[in-house]
Amino acid sequence: MLTDIRSFNTLKKNLKRPVDGLKTIRIAILADSASQFINQAIRGYGLENGINYQVFEADYNQIDLQVFDPGSELYEYQPDHVIILRSVERIIKKFYSLSNAEKENFAATQVAYMDGLYQQITSQLKARVISNTFPEINDNVFGNFGTKTKSSFLYQVKKFNLSLMELSSGKKNFFLLDLDALITKKGYDTSFDPKMYVSADMVFSLDILPYLAKNIHDIIQAVSGSFKKCIILDLDNTTWGGIIGDDGMEGIQIGDLGLGKVFTDLQLWVKELKKRGIIVAVCSKNTESIAQEPFLHHPDMKLRMEDIAVFVANWETKVDNIRYIQGILNISFDSMVFLDDNPFEREMVKQNIPEITVPNLPEDPAEYLPYLRSLNLFETASFTEEDAQRTQQYQEEAKRNILQKSFANEDEFLKSLGMECEVKPFDSFTIPRIAQLSQRSNQFNLRTVRYTEEEIREIAQPKDHYTLSFSLNDIYGDYGLIAFIILEKKDSDTLFINSWIMSCRVLKRGMEVFTLLSIIDLAKANGFKKIIGEYIPTKKNELVKDHYQKLGFQPAGNNFWELDTTRFTTDKQVHIKRK
Amino acid sequence: MEQSQILQQLNDIFKDVLDNDDIVLTDITTANDIEEWDSLYHIQLVVAIEKHFKIKFTASEIQSWKNVGDMANAVKSKLAA
Repeated sequence: MLTDIRSFNTLKKNLKRPVDGLKTIRIAILADSASQFINQAIRGYGLENGINYQVFEADYNQIDLQVFDPGSELYEYQPDHVIILRSVERIIKKFYSLSNAEKENFAATQVAYMDGLYQQITSQLKARVISNTFPEINDNVFGNFGTKTKSSFLYQVKKFNLSLMELSSGKKNFFLLDLDALITKKGYDTSFDPKMYVSADMVFSLDILPYLAKNIHDIIQAVSGSFKKCIILDLDNTTWGGIIGDDGMEGIQIGDLGLGKVFTDLQLWVKELKKRGIIVAVCSKNTESIAQEPFLHHPDMKLRMEDIAVFVANWETKVDNIRYIQGILNISFDSMVFLDDNPFEREMVKQNIPEITVPNLPEDPAEYLPYLRSLNLFETASFTEEDAQRTQQYQEEAKRNILQKSFANEDEFLKSLGMECEVKPFDSFTIPRIAQLSQRSNQFNLRTVRYTEEEIREIAQPKDHYTLSFSLNDIYGDYGLIAFIILEKKDSDTLFINSWIMSCRVLKRGMEVFTLLSIIDLAKANGFKKIIGEYIPTKKNELVKDHYQKLGFQPAGNNFWELDTTRFTTDKQVHIKRK
Repeated sequence: MEQSQILQQLNDIFKDVLDNDDIVLTDITTANDIEEWDSLYHIQLVVAIEKHFKIKFTASEIQSWKNVGDMANAVKSKLAA
């Protein structure tokens, strides 16, 4: 009996051996990937071990056709074993094409599909069915937070594996090749050093420790409010293969042929990031109309104009254009990632904007996506429905910007927006979004105290706190929940503003005054005469340094400010209607 | 490879891992002679040596060494094998 695993080449040479007198077993291989080598390896291994596997190999990606057509070659062949090999590379594409709700049901749908295949085969053949589990790869659309997110691929592939095992445990003739364990073993071999385990009781090799450290750091940073919010894409040879200005629409590489697959997969991944709230921007040295053409008309493009929050294509430097994008989005450079195939452009951006993350893309575009996934750039600490709509909100913002220019004064403009705001205490629907705002707001955040969802839930219990959440909409669209207030009862006369947080998307809308009026209403209704606010400076909240002063608070020393509710008046006009 | 060459390369590895450029190894150097060289650093040294010479030691081999000379001998015999 052979115990050592031979090389593939050796197995292939075995195919020349005589088969006379060997036991014959008929198998069928149905795969969703090209299976020629799999076929040769199985036969070669069999011959070395005294078995002559006679193989029916279905054409590429014909699982459904072979199984669900009762007159197919599979049933004609009458195999003893039907081997169904499915790949993570293919099912992830299927997964990416689904809506959020469908994603949460992916494992269930997939296992029902496998059950269907099994039922169909065993109703027509006296054969055993062997399929496989899937490598539990993290596409890092959510980072490690994928383990907490039902609509992540990581979550669903793990669930799918377990569900397959449950399915198989209930079916006498359904067997699983544990591909996940096989591949994990390969990784485990580099993460575990038996010598270190024996002599020092250490279970991690020195080589794996930097990765372990990085991922723990990533989680902590994300939970502490530092994470990426935006990806900026170069176009030629980054988003597609070739140069649109030279090669034209028909010449650029995108789609299922040749190198195009690489760029398609990258675009699919970026689109997933966009669906979970990462803002996608384009920054390209191109003529705008030419650069936009593939987004508008190329049939194989996965990214479309509606996926791009800010599209900048001109002949200015990338540095200037990235600064411009940052100005529109109003987020900090350290929350941005810039992808460009050109080392010169990358270097120039890095030197001029050191805070921005610029991955050193490998030379071979085939390695772009595996490399980018491995960096875990987009670790996150939350995921809400609003994330999915962020791009749309920025596009609406761009429209408002254009409109603003045509009004004589700001009041006229604000009036024309028809803003309406819903004000209410925290409730179970708003708490996840409030916790998220608490985690991610840096600029309009007076004290930068971060709360988890659990803590917010606790605060929402009406004991010593009053809470207010603010959701805004206007004629262009819905901003969602954009601000919240936590008030702490200090004594029978005094309320302390524990948190005042607002999304920067609604700056210059009069939201600050509107919020203050809501606080004063609440204070008066509950008999409080004094409101105290505090500004705790951080590197990022310079924006609200004079916040309380502008609203008419009196200085009370040490960055504390106070307001007498009985004597408060304001000359500022508010154009927001309370819903 | 000559024993002296091996010793020289070990010396470079020690300097790098222990972050101390003053280390001068001889065959009779032991952990007692070098302040930083404790059991944790020892593991790191072994891994670095394995990587550098592209060899693998067994757990019992690394416990049998009494001084740097033993280490160099172990490397030499592995390379010859």
